[in-house]
Amino acid sequence: MLYFLRNLVKLQTPEDKGFSRLHALRAGDEVLLTGDIFTARDQAHKRLAALIKKGAKLPLDLKGQIIYYCGPTRAPLGKVIGSCGPTTSARMDKMTGPLLARGLKGMIGKGRRSEEVRRLIKKHKAVYFLATGGAGAFLSKRVLSIKSVCFKELGPEAIYRVRVKDFPLIVGIDSQGTDIFGRDRS
Amino acid sequence: MRKITEKNITDTVSRLCLDSNIYLRKDVEKALIRAFEKENNKQARKILQQLFENAKIAKSEHIPLCQDTGLPIVFVDIGRGVDITGLDMVRAINKGVREGYHRGYLRNSIVRDPLRRGLLSGFTPCVIHFDLSRHKGLRLTVLPKGFGCENKTKLIMLYPTATMDEIKKCIISAVTEAGPDACPPYILGIGIGGSADYACQLSKKAFLRPIYKRSRLKHVARLEEELLKDANKLNIGPMGLGGKTTVLGVNILVYPTHIAGLPICVNISCHVLRSASALLS
Repeated sequence: MLYFLRNLVKLQTPEDKGFSRLHALRAGDEVLLTGDIFTARDQAHKRLAALIKKGAKLPLDLKGQIIYYCGPTRAPLGKVIGSCGPTTSARMDKMTGPLLARGLKGMIGKGRRSEEVRRLIKKHKAVYFLATGGAGAFLSKRVLSIKSVCFKELGPEAIYRVRVKDFPLIVGIDSQGTDIFGRDRS
Repeated sequence: MRKITEKNITDTVSRLCLDSNIYLRKDVEKALIRAFEKENNKQARKILQQLFENAKIAKSEHIPLCQDTGLPIVFVDIGRGVDITGLDMVRAINKGVREGYHRGYLRNSIVRDPLRRGLLSGFTPCVIHFDLSRHKGLRLTVLPKGFGCENKTKLIMLYPTATMDEIKKCIISAVTEAGPDACPPYILGIGIGGSADYACQLSKKAFLRPIYKRSRLKHVARLEEELLKDANKLNIGPMGLGGKTTVLGVNILVYPTHIAGLPICVNISCHVLRSASALLS
């Protein structure tokens, strides 16, 4: 995997307390992420957004965390996880605002975000990362462990804590609001 | 005349679910290699390399190519020389899907009720298309369709006087709209003609033809080639980050239609176009 070694930023989730390294990232940067991230997709987002709307306590503290839009396949015997690539981020757009307001610092998915989300990312100094879609087997090799956190009844849509090592990402929208897709072609 | 049993069908469907989800289709692999050779965008090349790596890992570790193991679409071609009297084929097929998805640790992605959502239904029911054919035997094909790309499907009812340019434009705009979201490079399955529903069905069926094979109808083959060329000028590229590799293949199926209309369904597949087929005869 030598090709990842150019312009590469190594980012570690628990160690980047002041988020200075996160904020220094620019759209287009390649990142190898190490640390804990949380999976959440459509239904988990819907539930989190509803809880936030009610002012209720969340089953996980989003402060400073990174959410991965992913519903992995079950782990075969003797394996940590199955296939675990990103799902389309745009579906989470309308539910992203409240999560950012609760301190969410990063999101991992694939594809474009809405203008509103881009604006909110800038406001909250968060980062949107891209992972390679359709490469779930490849990405599974970068997962060290997985633990169910909440909403277990949602199956693949439950929230899991996933410990990753050198998880390859590209910065899609940086904390200044620059969007990698913000070019004329889309 | 061979007597087919429900067990034959269940076992075959089960195996096809696994094969299609774990092994990258040979024609898609070839198209990716060819794209890699032609691509000169650095980032695009890196992503294509990840895809090769992905296929290798899926095969050696026996895990699905993509975590979205799709909504299984099963095509049943009932040909000649097989005896299927008294079979509950729908039950046998769904049982096969359940067995295959369970055995292969594939994802349970089917919700029982599309409106209430909520509970997952345990892998089934799948979508089944029955067809009668003049060929020998009973052909079963499983096409697990990922939904990131399925969401980008477009059905367009054009006027019968539409020009070739207008037809091309509306197909290309479906690709532009999908943009970076649905895991490009894409494969386009396009159904033209019939009725609205039939055009949709044709667009799915079009995926079953190897993507390097052109339509037997010359004018349709030309349209496929022109669309491929035009789409690859969009600079969407792998993961939407630019490059020449936006579409790997364009497969069109046509059918006679009404004098008043021209239904066109553009079904978009991500680069992980999956299917596997078997003949019982």
